[in-house]
Amino acid sequence: MSTQSTRMAARFMVAPSVLVLLVWMIVPLAMTAYFSFRLYRLLSPDRTGWVGFNNYVWFFNSPDFWLALTNTLMLVGGVLVITVVLGILIALLLDQPVKGQGLLRILVIAPFFVMPPVAASIWENLFMHPQNGLFAALARGFGAQPILFLESYPMPSVIGIVAWEWLPFATLIFVTALQSLSSEQLEAAEMDGASAFNRFRYIILPHLTRAITVVILIQTIFLLGIFGEIFTTTQGGPGSASTTLPYMIFKQAIAAKDIGRAAAGGIIAVILANIVAYFLMRGLGRHLDA
Amino acid sequence: MGKIQLTKVRKAFGETEVIPGIDLAIEDGEFVVFVGPSGCGKSTLLRLIAGLEDTTSGVIEIDGKDATNLPPAKRGLAMVFQSYALYPHMTVRKNIAFPLKMAGMPEAEQAARVERAAKVLNLTSYLDRRPGQLSGGQRQRVAIGRAIVREPAAFLFDEPLSNLDAALRVGMRQEISELHQSLKTTMIYVTHDQVEAMTMADKIVVLNAGRIEQVGAPLELYNNPRNIFVAGFIGSPKMNLIEGPEAAKHDAHTIGIRPEHISVGDGPWEGVVGLSEHLGSDSFIKVDVPGLGIINVRGPGELGVHHGDRIRLAPAGKIHRFDDKGLAL
Repeated sequence: MSTQSTRMAARFMVAPSVLVLLVWMIVPLAMTAYFSFRLYRLLSPDRTGWVGFNNYVWFFNSPDFWLALTNTLMLVGGVLVITVVLGILIALLLDQPVKGQGLLRILVIAPFFVMPPVAASIWENLFMHPQNGLFAALARGFGAQPILFLESYPMPSVIGIVAWEWLPFATLIFVTALQSLSSEQLEAAEMDGASAFNRFRYIILPHLTRAITVVILIQTIFLLGIFGEIFTTTQGGPGSASTTLPYMIFKQAIAAKDIGRAAAGGIIAVILANIVAYFLMRGLGRHLDA
Repeated sequence: MGKIQLTKVRKAFGETEVIPGIDLAIEDGEFVVFVGPSGCGKSTLLRLIAGLEDTTSGVIEIDGKDATNLPPAKRGLAMVFQSYALYPHMTVRKNIAFPLKMAGMPEAEQAARVERAAKVLNLTSYLDRRPGQLSGGQRQRVAIGRAIVREPAAFLFDEPLSNLDAALRVGMRQEISELHQSLKTTMIYVTHDQVEAMTMADKIVVLNAGRIEQVGAPLELYNNPRNIFVAGFIGSPKMNLIEGPEAAKHDAHTIGIRPEHISVGDGPWEGVVGLSEHLGSDSFIKVDVPGLGIINVRGPGELGVHHGDRIRLAPAGKIHRFDDKGLAL
């Protein structure tokens, strides 16, 4: 597969998709970059022109921006911690031989198939609702005041909902990784006198590092852009308490109808994503090969 | 010390009975080989001794103490697995030190013991490599190293050489035998290869369908097989088993003659040579003798016979006689 002609043919055949992908990425990015330096408000279409870094400066001066940045990182970090830790524990349970294993696995994976706004609505109205919600009923059953989840703890509530959605994904990856662990290795560790905890610590956990890396990388990509769950539940509130970067961009674009600022926010989000990706790859990338 | 006593040990997986009941005594310092065809329960028996499987009923005693329900780690046994089961993310050093670390041994003593084991097994220059960077034979040695550092009461080997190529297998076979000579620890070795069994064992246990067919020293099994199964299993090429009128002449239902106990040249049997294999040191030929069937013959040196030749054969050595139940007479 490496003669001159096959290499040429390979390049020739790959070229169209590379080209399409490049255009697909470059054009929107270039347009966003262009708009981010322009005055472009839908409510006053007659006022246009270059504004330099004004749109960016507005973002950095806005107190909401730093809150949104923290919220975004908290959302990513919180969901990652919950899904990885719980995912490993549930995967360990699912890996045990039990009756109805197939059905059990489908049930565990089910939340992943629920669309984000639907999942968020279910949580908002059936679980967290202060009058009709399950949690409120439980609280009243114990004689306590129902907790106003979305009002008093907006960010933890959103993190909980998103973690619920992504837990099946993490669990699924961990279960498949566990199944590829040779049972002889565990038996050897058992013969070597390793307790159940030590077998987990020294054999299972190292075996899972690559799966954990994959889960963290893939989830980070999707979690940085979480929007639907916030839109359906808290709308970024109360105040700006649960506004994330994507939601703030949305507010600039759709509510304030300021395309220039929204574009600047978009570019900031791209830069943030790249910074996160850089640190992730530096910290975890080595687990991907070998 | 490593005396292991099995009493009426039985193992069933659900409805299927793998081992219907075994009594066996393994003396301290013995090299015992479990041999038998695949699926005969030899690996299961080893895993029962190791504690990796629960015994359905019966008693396993190690050094006089009932170990039937002890967890594997408490039995003081070390095992070398067929796949070696090395820990891929640890260096050779950490692999070998793992059982010591789990036992909570001080670091300095761990290091000293690892060094000693590595020296015995010629692994000193590989201690900082990972299993993935080692050859099959080296991995095998690491697995053995991990077993010997613990100074166990007995070693259990589960077909340890089956993943090695032929040349390495002979080398490792000798190394394990030498290890046994120097350590003088009880070893239980499972294999389906009767050559390994014959060359290494003090005592061979021939298993078939979960039952012990015969226990004895290698040459005892070769010279006095208790039944047709053992007669056919021990020895290569296989013993010739002849039924019918020829057997009746010797007052038996079946007679068995080893291929090396048949002479070529003159004799009562005449047949046509089928397959002939000339190894230089030996010649293996298959002769189709009318009325007797295919007879395996092993002759020393070059016999000078070829496919299609018509030759005469004579039994020249011990003739084993078996009754209609397959038991030796």
